Amino acid sequence: MTEAVAARPSVALPGLRVSRSAVVCALYILFLMLPIYWLVNMSFKTNEEILSSFTLWPAEPTLRNYAVIFTDPSWYMGYVNSIIYVVMNTVISITVALPAAYAFSRYRFLGDKHLFFWLLTNRMAPPAVFALPFFQLYSAIGLFDTHIAIALAHCLFNVPLAVWILEGFMRGVPREIDETAFIDGYSWPRFFVKIFMPLIASGIGVAAFFCFMFSWVELLLSRTLASVDAKSIAATMTRTVSASGLDWGVLAAAGVLTIIPGALVIYFVRNYIAKGFALGRV
Amino acid sequence: MSEKPVNHRAWFMVLPVVALVAFSAVLPLMTVVNYSVQDTFGNNQFFWAGTDWFEQILSDPRIHNAFLRQILFSGIVLIIQVPLGVYIALHMPKKGVWASVCLILMALPLLIPWNVVGTIWQIFGRVDIGLLGKTLASLGIDYNYTQNPIDAWVTIIVMDVWHWTSLVALLAYAGLRSIPDAYYQAAKIDQASRWAVFRYIELPKMKGVLLIAILLRFMDSFMIYTEPFVVTGGGPGNSTTLLSIDLVKMAIGQFDLGPAAAFSIVYFLIILLLSWVFYTVMTAEDAKEAKQ
Repeated sequence: MTEAVAARPSVALPGLRVSRSAVVCALYILFLMLPIYWLVNMSFKTNEEILSSFTLWPAEPTLRNYAVIFTDPSWYMGYVNSIIYVVMNTVISITVALPAAYAFSRYRFLGDKHLFFWLLTNRMAPPAVFALPFFQLYSAIGLFDTHIAIALAHCLFNVPLAVWILEGFMRGVPREIDETAFIDGYSWPRFFVKIFMPLIASGIGVAAFFCFMFSWVELLLSRTLASVDAKSIAATMTRTVSASGLDWGVLAAAGVLTIIPGALVIYFVRNYIAKGFALGRV
Repeated sequence: MSEKPVNHRAWFMVLPVVALVAFSAVLPLMTVVNYSVQDTFGNNQFFWAGTDWFEQILSDPRIHNAFLRQILFSGIVLIIQVPLGVYIALHMPKKGVWASVCLILMALPLLIPWNVVGTIWQIFGRVDIGLLGKTLASLGIDYNYTQNPIDAWVTIIVMDVWHWTSLVALLAYAGLRSIPDAYYQAAKIDQASRWAVFRYIELPKMKGVLLIAILLRFMDSFMIYTEPFVVTGGGPGNSTTLLSIDLVKMAIGQFDLGPAAAFSIVYFLIILLLSWVFYTVMTAEDAKEAKQ
């Protein structure tokens, strides 16, 4: 099977030759897409059609479900609240992580390895452990049900994530660049903003993307820390699930709308996505 | 690469991160430790309880069962996802438009909010309105994830495979792409079999990323909460009540502060131990690579 090395073995089908790789990939992607297809399909159906008939395609496509979400404040405010705390969290995480990642990638200092490990443990900490203490902490300081409370709570796992990803990208920049800039008379802040940040721009983008994603997908902490004013879309959706008389169409439409932000930006990070998920260690 | 210079002033750059994470991690953990050794009758009056809660937690069959279910879940998930992910990575297109299309479509489930993953599978699996449930029912298979514990387990495992196999595949693919063509050419000259190429070229090159993939998958499956919570809510009965679901029930549902805090600490220590193993193995790998 020497040809296996250069070209994958092919199986002959009547009429056309399809490589086994293509079949494996296609089957896997089909498996991934089927549930999403069903969600999208349902979001365009009326509730009568969902419950009474079984159709692979909406018989009478309707935008009613989306209209409900965009006109009912208890639905669309969920998206607004989510976006507010997610953006806050991303900005805070990246801002504090940048200098720290630089320090870890460039210097050795007292306790650096332990500190780096300690940060990692927070990425690995189960949010369930923190749900109750966070609730009490933010209630005690009067921040319960505010966006900043959720943004700060999500820093628990996003700051370590950002530090690790950025450190991974910064390691790839040769130290000679720093030294040359300092010889040329750049101060550290000016060097960092003018020279270093453009060099790791893709890293900052990837770190921001992952902070955004992990804050966006999180449910437990955002649900625990908000009741009305800062209620996230994820919490809004679970409320609908537990209520009696489910509006499946609206639920499906809400689900489709939460997938869109990730789907939109995934194209830009496609080459770094493995690096981001592996905390910058690829 | 030369050694990094020692500079203790670098601490100033790390300080904001330390302050922020200490606020959101150490402070709450201290509360947990505090609760775990005290008892209360309300009115904010607390009594020293020593290790009572820990003893209660460690001998509670409810926790034991949740722990066993958790181990079983993480084990099954790893056994399916890792080989499947590697297998798919080996079959992904190497370059061109199709490589991009594959990457984007495969990454899509990873970026869906976790509760929506639950919602998607909740809808997909329902016997009355779901494509999967309806299809299985019409094939004469008695499938109902809200009634039958086995079906509930199959559903949450298939859901996790759907959700996270792509992570293993993407990481393994990133590892494969770093193999220079010369290796494959040498293997061709040696007339190496497909298996030999995998065993002696591809697997060693993927080892680093696979290690990360396995441990990330283990950690994340070990603290999974949202997806099974949305799909089964821990039921039917307690059959899919994993550790996190049980903990949240105890802490926020029943407000049993003492036992919940002791439970939290034991849970966190397990994770801490595993993270430490992860970190040690990983830095050892990094050091080995740096030497080469």
